Amino acid sequence: MAGAPAPRLSDYRLFTDPGARAPNAGLTPYALNTPLFSDYALKFRFLYLPPGAKAAYRPDGVLDLPVGAALVKTFAYPADFRRPDEKVRYLETRLLVHRPDGWAAYAYVWNEAQTEAVLKRAGARIDVGFTDAQGRARTVDYRVPNQNQCKECHQLDKTLTPIGPKARNLNGDYTYAEGRENQLAHWSRLGLLTGAPPPAQAPRAPRWDDPAEPLDGRARAYLDANCAHCHNPKGAASNSGLFLTLDETRPAAIGIGKAPVAAGRGSGDLKVGIEPGHPEQSILAYRLASAEPGVMMPELGRSITHEEGLALVRAWIAATPSTSKPPQKP
Amino acid sequence: MLRFAAAVLAATAFAGLAEAKTLTVNPGGDAQEKLQTALLDARPGDTVELAAGRYELTDGLSLDVADVTVKGAGADKTVLSFKGQKSSGEGLLVTSDRVTLRDFAVEDTKGDGIKAKGTDQISFIGLRVEWTGGPKATNGAYGVYPVASTNVLIQRVTVKGASDAGIYVGQSKNIVVRDSTAAFNVAGIEIENSIGADVFANTSTHNAGGILVFDLPNLPQMGGHSTRVFDNQVVDNDTANFAPKGNIVANVPTGTGVMVMANRDVHVFANRIDGNQTAAVMLVSYTQKFDDKTYNPLPRDIAVHDNQIGRNGWSPQFEGGGLLAMLMGGTLPPVMWDGVTTYGDSGEVAHVRLSDGPVLNLHLAAPGQLKTAKPTKAATEGDAQPAEPRPVELPKRQADLGR
Repeated sequence: MAGAPAPRLSDYRLFTDPGARAPNAGLTPYALNTPLFSDYALKFRFLYLPPGAKAAYRPDGVLDLPVGAALVKTFAYPADFRRPDEKVRYLETRLLVHRPDGWAAYAYVWNEAQTEAVLKRAGARIDVGFTDAQGRARTVDYRVPNQNQCKECHQLDKTLTPIGPKARNLNGDYTYAEGRENQLAHWSRLGLLTGAPPPAQAPRAPRWDDPAEPLDGRARAYLDANCAHCHNPKGAASNSGLFLTLDETRPAAIGIGKAPVAAGRGSGDLKVGIEPGHPEQSILAYRLASAEPGVMMPELGRSITHEEGLALVRAWIAATPSTSKPPQKP
Repeated sequence: MLRFAAAVLAATAFAGLAEAKTLTVNPGGDAQEKLQTALLDARPGDTVELAAGRYELTDGLSLDVADVTVKGAGADKTVLSFKGQKSSGEGLLVTSDRVTLRDFAVEDTKGDGIKAKGTDQISFIGLRVEWTGGPKATNGAYGVYPVASTNVLIQRVTVKGASDAGIYVGQSKNIVVRDSTAAFNVAGIEIENSIGADVFANTSTHNAGGILVFDLPNLPQMGGHSTRVFDNQVVDNDTANFAPKGNIVANVPTGTGVMVMANRDVHVFANRIDGNQTAAVMLVSYTQKFDDKTYNPLPRDIAVHDNQIGRNGWSPQFEGGGLLAMLMGGTLPPVMWDGVTTYGDSGEVAHVRLSDGPVLNLHLAAPGQLKTAKPTKAATEGDAQPAEPRPVELPKRQADLGR
């Protein structure tokens, strides 16, 4: 039986101040090499572990987080992305709580005064205005997901699960108060994580926005973070047969030469998911470019186009060689 | 931080068995939050009752609680309008078992109308799903859309305007579609990559194609088989195909009555099929490129018999159709088969029993190779005796819902 979550974020005492700027003991901040795009919102992530509890390393998938653990993520916008540390407005703080009966997801929406966040199970809409990194004035009709929608993305075989804190996506540096350090090494050193090898021996997802990394790795990491939570054989989009996890190698499963199944007008009159060399003929790029419900992908979690992510995927498709596989004919 | 742990424990406390209750929702300014909250608050056994009126919704709704009934005051009285929808791929998403949706309408969703994914015993009864601006390529794809589900009941449902299939059942098992109406969609009713379906007593009219039974490659569930299509009215499917290209239904010629593509053990009988300008019944192979060794693109073990076939095939809407009709004396025979009988090295031979006719057999050498056509026309085609699939039996509780 699912019980009731606390009505206010402050009830959990995760932060020492009403505005949740100052984390309490037990919270460790973290970042992902390649995160999900959420309408350009900044995300402040923390792992909460009960005193003495430890996460266990896994080379694949999400780290094994003990019952009592929680993931805390605040979505926020600075007034101006050229000064991202100033005038930061919190919109919502999402909790993923590991309870004895499994993970549960809750969204707490911040008030105008930024003094209190209250539980919103049915979702909400918030008008947001900001100046983007190029100095352009932007608005976003920001959507807080309903409780079921959290699960739509956060599921494997219909069981709610975290997505982000995989070893490969945590295997990067973070700038802590005491200095810069690899996150896996930091967590291990503080006794929060057991069984992790030295970072050099752990898998590492490329940073999608690091031009020094190979294009293929960056694009696949981007698709993994932005699509594969649904587009995997155990996810909400399993029926599509389009699987965008980092480890997927079958060309048709990635979308190469693959006809759409249930895309409807999401096909954009195009014939295949990926036409190698031709982003303009690829449904994958068409749906990433769209901001129209019924067409855009992902279906949840964004309302505007991620221009930089789209440019990366387009460049990757343009550089993808034709598989030169002939059509199967008897 | 102890308080946090305590909150977690308290939240998991057993709430005890409660009696089934009814949560009533009324239309009004905060319909989105009220309706979604009711769908979250419902416990197994509960009914969410949607009072008559118009609900203006801005975001997709979803239900993930088992054994819940969502009930409106009637398909013309309780209307969920998604005209102002800003997010989600469908109007209502169901992901839990033994859910019954009945007696309400869903209008103008940006994507699909009502989707049920990975469910057992999903029932759609007395619903209407409609795009109110008429057939348009910008309408959503599917009206009712159960997928990857087991035990599917669709009864007395009306779907209009879908830019793909009005009633679409994909990658599912044990399916009944009955007493329903599909009009002005690209495809009226489509059973795809599914196993065990009875489609009967429906009316499919003014679509581009009436009833489709397909199997597609590169999907988690393939090898669709055992569908019976009977006692349906498949008449006047005359809406020009308006599907966005790339989708498989974009290849369905306007004016197709019943179309079987790939798939096996499909029996089409006792339907009235009339007024379809391309053909009454078409049996064709999947002709697009694919990379899937487990897929057989041919229709196999197909029976077409005892249908009441009216005037069809006077102006076939596929490439070369006009010429073919001319060769056949001005009108295409009502039943058309591409005639491909073997594929790859599987050794499996496609058998048919097409006793309604005349039958046009194109005798293609391979799927889609129209240049190899050696068309023949005969009163009937094939003398196979494929066994009729057994009637679909739904769990009794579910089968009784529509009574």
